[in-house]
Amino acid sequence: MPANQFNNFTDYGIGLGLRVPHYRHILRNKPVVDWFEIISENFMVDGGRPLEVLDQILEQYHVVQHGVAMYFGSADRLNREHLKKLKRLVKRTNTPWLSDHLCWGSVDGRYTHDLLPMPYTFAAARATAANIREARDFLEVPICVENVSSYAEFHASEMTEWEFLSEVTELADCGILLDVNNIYVSSRNHNFDPYEYLNNVPHHRVGQIHIAGHSKFEKYILDTHDHPVLDPVWKMYAHAIRLIGKTATLLEWDDRIPSFDEVHHEALKANQFVEKQFETAAA
Amino acid sequence: MASAIFRPLTDDNRMQPQWTDGSRTALVAERFIKPNDRLTSFDRLEIYNRVYWFRVLDCLYDDYPGLRAIVGEKRFMELATAYLTKYPSVSFTLRNLGERLEKFLREEPHWLAPHQELALDMARFEWAQVVAFDDAALPAIATDEVLDTPPSKLRIGLQPYLSLLVLNYAVDRFFVAVQKREADVLRDEASNTFETMPHSKRPRGKRMRLPRRQHIHVAVHRYDNSLFYKRLDPEAFAILQSLRRGETVEKACTNAIASSSLKKINWAARIKTWFEDWSSLGWFCQRLK
Repeated sequence: MPANQFNNFTDYGIGLGLRVPHYRHILRNKPVVDWFEIISENFMVDGGRPLEVLDQILEQYHVVQHGVAMYFGSADRLNREHLKKLKRLVKRTNTPWLSDHLCWGSVDGRYTHDLLPMPYTFAAARATAANIREARDFLEVPICVENVSSYAEFHASEMTEWEFLSEVTELADCGILLDVNNIYVSSRNHNFDPYEYLNNVPHHRVGQIHIAGHSKFEKYILDTHDHPVLDPVWKMYAHAIRLIGKTATLLEWDDRIPSFDEVHHEALKANQFVEKQFETAAA
Repeated sequence: MASAIFRPLTDDNRMQPQWTDGSRTALVAERFIKPNDRLTSFDRLEIYNRVYWFRVLDCLYDDYPGLRAIVGEKRFMELATAYLTKYPSVSFTLRNLGERLEKFLREEPHWLAPHQELALDMARFEWAQVVAFDDAALPAIATDEVLDTPPSKLRIGLQPYLSLLVLNYAVDRFFVAVQKREADVLRDEASNTFETMPHSKRPRGKRMRLPRRQHIHVAVHRYDNSLFYKRLDPEAFAILQSLRRGETVEKACTNAIASSSLKKINWAARIKTWFEDWSSLGWFCQRLK
């Protein structure tokens, strides 16, 4: 569904990641963009240029926060200092919802700075849901949890990834940031049908969609966010829109970043799939 | 899995084949990771091991170009690996990755031989830039408070983003030269790919001439959200250090003049100019209670 409780009943269209190489262009030319997504951790600082830029962006644009270090799937408790800094940022941006990943990434206070996959077990689902609920209650903003791309599977898993995602979001009563590219990457790495994934997630919980590019290596695919979106991912995106409806969509391009116009042009390709869905629905 | 990820890579950037207890890492990986039709359990775990080290080493590589220029690329990667093995990241942000680097280099100075002092100066200077970039800016001290309080009682805070460094080498100017060289060398660099350690694709320029010994006092700060390095007279530096320690303005100035070797100086005029400069740069703030 488009506007729902998990994106705070907003109706955002196609968004872009706010990236340093594009700051000057955006501030100078003020391009028409529905919304920007920021990486929360890049702005959880105490001063300086990052916040100066953010404040200027906030004057002109909608901004939504996306985190990479909450680690909902961690066996450790959520980091309270992290939550406090995050809440200060939430108040600054007035983000309508906040997202982070279904993963772990730190243990005993040491950080991997990666989004590590989890064993899909019922115990892990309960613990993860508890962390999400704690974060949502503290931050007082709807939370969407994102499926990650992965390169390893665990013997301990008791269910598929999409079953795990469904279980966690049901227990936490939270939203889903459905990363279509991550589904594709994981499906190639783990030999499952990506459409089975798409068909079996709780569509009413999807508050946002991510699309991105990836890199193919001889024996696996890596989620590099450094290419245009590839055709199989666009096809999956079209299918997702048919199932879910028009939903806030964000193009991630985080490395080998081309000009703003090139990234924007790539993101706006998503509109053709959204418009097609409307035509089909109208017919 | 975390233990495997944090273990350093081999010299050819692969996961170590032997586990900490002498057994094969492959056997350890097989216990918890499923293989697929193309990759073994070891292969799949290795992806994460390599991504971790590529990411954190690339971050330090970018944050310490000056230190790299002094110790050399190969030695830098070795010391960075040793540093992160001993002091892995304990912050959610990569920004803080170098926070304990000076501590590590003082504990293990052999990594910096034969330029220990110079390299340490540079490491401190480069960390000060991280601090200057996004540390807090506290509210400025009110003019009324300054005017209404006699110097014998006035205590002024210094902005948290301001670092005051005593250095034995002109690393500030050397750093600028390094930046220029890196910009020239990297202009046509091919983009990084995952399959090789990112920095290894970067062309290596000629080794730069290292700075000579020179005792200097430098303030690393930001102004209008741009980074600056400002050389200070020893007396000016002494005043700022005293203010940071919480001394009154009067005591800070008196002590700085008393310890100066300069004679026949109009200290009143000179100190007035310094305070005007520092105030216009925004260095003064409310003291934290």
